[in-house]
Amino acid sequence: MALVRELLRQRRTGLTVSRNLMCTEGELLMAAGAVERVVTAWMSIGLPWGVSKVMRHHVETGKVALEEWSHLAFGLRFRAAAMGVPFLPTLTMLGSDLMDVGGMKTIQDPYTGETLAAAPALFPDVALLHVSRADRLGNCQIDGYPHMDADMARAATTVIITTEELVTEEEIRRRPDRTVIPGFLVDALVLQPFGAYPHEVWGRYHADFDHFAEYTADIDARGVTTAVGDYLARYVHAPATFDDYLGLFGGERLKRAQDAAKELVPDL
Amino acid sequence: MSGAVTPSELLAVMGSRQLQDDTTVFAGVGVPLLAAALAQQRHAPRLTMVIEGGIIGPQIRPGRLPISTNEMRAAHRAQMLPGITDTFLFAQRGFLDYGFMGGAQIDQFGNINTSVVGADYWKPKVRLPGTGGANDIASLCREVIILTAHEKRRFVPRVDFVTSPAWLGGDGSRRQAGLLFGGVSRVVTTLGIFGFEPETRRMRIEATHPGVSPQQIRENTGFPLGEAERIAVTEPPSDDELSILRALDPERRFLG
Repeated sequence: MALVRELLRQRRTGLTVSRNLMCTEGELLMAAGAVERVVTAWMSIGLPWGVSKVMRHHVETGKVALEEWSHLAFGLRFRAAAMGVPFLPTLTMLGSDLMDVGGMKTIQDPYTGETLAAAPALFPDVALLHVSRADRLGNCQIDGYPHMDADMARAATTVIITTEELVTEEEIRRRPDRTVIPGFLVDALVLQPFGAYPHEVWGRYHADFDHFAEYTADIDARGVTTAVGDYLARYVHAPATFDDYLGLFGGERLKRAQDAAKELVPDL
Repeated sequence: MSGAVTPSELLAVMGSRQLQDDTTVFAGVGVPLLAAALAQQRHAPRLTMVIEGGIIGPQIRPGRLPISTNEMRAAHRAQMLPGITDTFLFAQRGFLDYGFMGGAQIDQFGNINTSVVGADYWKPKVRLPGTGGANDIASLCREVIILTAHEKRRFVPRVDFVTSPAWLGGDGSRRQAGLLFGGVSRVVTTLGIFGFEPETRRMRIEATHPGVSPQQIRENTGFPLGEAERIAVTEPPSDDELSILRALDPERRFLG
């Protein structure tokens, strides 16, 4: 979120954003006019808030193109790039109308003649990732679910990482089995505690669901353009630094998020 | 048991009965996950739940139901967190017995649309959240069970967009598309339980819930429905099933 906030703060435009799950970060990028195209498998905040009104507004009016791939096809696109091959064969998406959306092609198995889908490698220009801990050489460890982050780091041309915690090289060497991104992949590393807030980091802080509820209630009350416009002014452009941004939530709220995470993952 | 049975409770109970012990199930958050958790607590203690955020073998804590497929509550006491890609590769390899999913729009061949309403994908009348892992689950699980409210506007002759393939156009078209196994076996709704004719793969009535007539089901379905040789009547939810279910969701976030 810290890196997305910086993209917004710099008023970047014309971006294509690829991530298999898109949430408020995608909504803010759409509303700010930063993205032309979103490549994703699913976009909304979560079950209680229904279909994203921000996404509907931008996609239904043609302001943003939404290119849809399934989770596995998406994952294999990053994995193919991470492996340095042009595509990976798969069974997923075959026969569905998703095949034509992103232009997935089929190939014939040279051994059996069976039809397979060929998930094309996806090489992003830049990967923006957030990790649990890293050393100053950029060796990164991720606690909890690893999503597709390790493949994304291998697939991208430039890799920019924010980390919750900066640890010594010795600390990384003590648990090398937990390192998922080696330092030689990483171009830039930024120490940013609470760097995913109001979203979560495994065992460190829970997502701020109250914040999402306030945000969506304001969209329901005042409409997408006004509500998200004001949100961007207040949470992105007004605070000079990320710490100032966190200050808008206050220490007590951040502590509550930490306590909730400790209760859910006590043994980290 | 006090209180009338809500539509979500009916779906969760009827869905849970479809799951056998010692199997694996891909479950979406909400009612499908509640149904799987109910089965696990009642008749299928060795059921392994898999959640598409990349979570294998979680145990659902009462009152701590996840609202998304990747948050800490979804991973409570999980056995493995392999990442999203590798989680779905277990399904492609054939290790997932059941896929448990909902759907915005479903057609007579069981195909589901959760992408767009309208004829042109790039100019949608209504843009929906998208496949997520639904397409993968429908393509790669050995057996898919759909849980959905039974409404005429959902049950359409042909979906606007096939996000998740079931039997495609029927008559072997799923196999011809390259999908080696799987397909939708059951559609569990608030009115009854449905299967598919073995050859044509068109949907047919297999059971009605107590007090529901086949006539009433037809009136709420946008395409002609066949009938199994014998139409059964389901057992209503038991006190035992309802009390386990209600304990799982005491705030009634998903049970309605």
